[in-house]
Amino acid sequence: MFKKLSLVTLLAVFWCSQSSAVEISGRVGVQSRLFFDDSSLQNSLLLEPEFYWASNSGDDAFTLKLFGRIDDTDDERSHGDIREALWLHVGDTWELRAGIGKVYWGVTESNHLVDIINQTDLVESVDGEQKLGQPLLQFTTIQDWGVLDAFVLPGFRERTFPSAGAHLSGLLPIEADAGFYQHSREQKHVDYSLRYSHAIDVFDIGVSYFWGTNRDPHLVANVSANGEIVLRPYYDQIGQLGIDVQATIGDWLWKLEAIHRDDSVRDFGAMTAGFEYTWVGIGDSVVDMGLLSEISRDSRNDQAPTPSERDIFIGARFTFNDIQSTDLLVGYSQALDYSDSYSAFVECSRRLGDVWKLTVDARLFHSDRESDPVYQFNNDDYASVSLEYFF
Amino acid sequence: MFFFKRVLLTLSMLGATTTVFAAEPIDAQAQEKGLNIVAEAERRDNGWGDSSAEMSMRLANKHGASSSRQLRLKSLEVDGDGDKSLTIFDQPRDVKGTAFLSFTHSLTADEQWLYLPALKRVKRISSSNKSGPFMGSEYAFEDLTSFELDKYQYQYLRDEVVDGLDSFVVRNFPLYKKSGYKYRDVWIDKAEYRVLKTDFYDRKGSLLKTLKNEDFKQYLGKYWRPMKASMNNHQNGKSTDLTWTGYQFNVGLTERDFSKNSLQRAK
Repeated sequence: MFKKLSLVTLLAVFWCSQSSAVEISGRVGVQSRLFFDDSSLQNSLLLEPEFYWASNSGDDAFTLKLFGRIDDTDDERSHGDIREALWLHVGDTWELRAGIGKVYWGVTESNHLVDIINQTDLVESVDGEQKLGQPLLQFTTIQDWGVLDAFVLPGFRERTFPSAGAHLSGLLPIEADAGFYQHSREQKHVDYSLRYSHAIDVFDIGVSYFWGTNRDPHLVANVSANGEIVLRPYYDQIGQLGIDVQATIGDWLWKLEAIHRDDSVRDFGAMTAGFEYTWVGIGDSVVDMGLLSEISRDSRNDQAPTPSERDIFIGARFTFNDIQSTDLLVGYSQALDYSDSYSAFVECSRRLGDVWKLTVDARLFHSDRESDPVYQFNNDDYASVSLEYFF
Repeated sequence: MFFFKRVLLTLSMLGATTTVFAAEPIDAQAQEKGLNIVAEAERRDNGWGDSSAEMSMRLANKHGASSSRQLRLKSLEVDGDGDKSLTIFDQPRDVKGTAFLSFTHSLTADEQWLYLPALKRVKRISSSNKSGPFMGSEYAFEDLTSFELDKYQYQYLRDEVVDGLDSFVVRNFPLYKKSGYKYRDVWIDKAEYRVLKTDFYDRKGSLLKTLKNEDFKQYLGKYWRPMKASMNNHQNGKSTDLTWTGYQFNVGLTERDFSKNSLQRAK
């Protein structure tokens, strides 16, 4: 992967050097995670440079964004990725994107059901919010009746998983590199997707359909050569219908995401719905407080591989509105049917000076039931400190 | 989270509030004169079409510590409704690429979207945050949104010379909910109807902030814009100075440059 990266970098640097309007930006940082259960430390370095070039007319632009992390305890977490290598052409009422890119769909905060174009870079973050770059061709038409996006997705990215035995890797070893496929073309299968979106009055709506390889692998138990039970990711073919709606009414944001997935194992539906309410200037201060609550439901019930089959999420977001942009988000997820199953997190960030940013996160997991997806992280409670420099 | 339409004008004619007149004698003549002055300023600023500019913000506290922000602004005048604006953040570097899209409406709630580049996520945000600070500055959101005549009630107070210019002083009362102000006193010069100075009074009626607009330049032979503005908060001792550069009018911006799609590729 690093070889490929450096080739692309060279090409990009060469191409960008043909134009004077290249912008280079990015971040470099260090992260330390302390796992409470065994008092172990996991340290890593990250680098994420971005090169951006735009034509004088602004009708063409190229972005190259690379990512790399070196981790001192987990080889799988030492990894590199081309997050973006994307050419954009803007027409009168249309846009065309080609290359490697990232696309985000959805409105809810505790669960991201609808978002499907990019694979999850799970070694980066257990919340699933970090994504791998996806090869794509995207055509967008912008009309009075809304925006229609059509995607051709050649080349599939396999999910990353922490090394066996590493923290946040689960109870059984996952052989990330031993993924197998329903379709004979495996990673070469070409996926397609369509999305319609529109803003009407207080509503922002999106409807999407995806045909192709499941981003969300089934983990299948196998017995390895030395008699161990290992899990292998199985990537099947799916069709997924997604709907996302947000209504923005005064201080309230009302949110809904729902999917129906035709899956080779079983068809199912899932939804997340909730609200966010913001008080501006609590107690005569300049601090804003947002209260969030979302409920998640999955028709697979206890067979759902996610912890959000029947869950409530409650969160509070504090925006301090100070020069350092201090931000604090606290969240708690609780299974509705099992009082012993919950997880919680805190995320806090603050700018130091003009170019540094300090982030402190902590996550706690608890479950007494072995069949509960939260159970596998029982010994993985951690706190993390990151210091990043932006250039 | 953020703002702009025509920051200028806006900064310019800040207005004021509801039915707050209880303690004030109702003086229909002063109200009419106040409205006429502001309407004339609004009339003179009609027809500017579209504009773009770069803005830098310098935030300082009373101990002299400071921090800066760099933004780019694009604005579009919309006939018969509020303006549209796109704000792109260049600094601080950790928020580089963040962009804010706002549609101001005179009668219904404004529509606002925020683009977060790290997640590639467009978020529709509540526009009811009027009194909150913009990017940690001494400017509130309501200080930076486009000015709409219908959103205030007016009262002419007196004539006064400010910066050597003969001016009207007009008190503006916000008619919209959740304003952080009881009223604002605005100094408008008689010759060109530019807002030279604004005093902001908090909900309790105490003097909160003073805004001074300086270095006015005229564009298209008609439209005045300050190149500098300084906001001083009298209650916490902090200040925010704004400087505009690269002002351009008639750059050919259209509705298409102010959409959720243009927000995502603003950079």
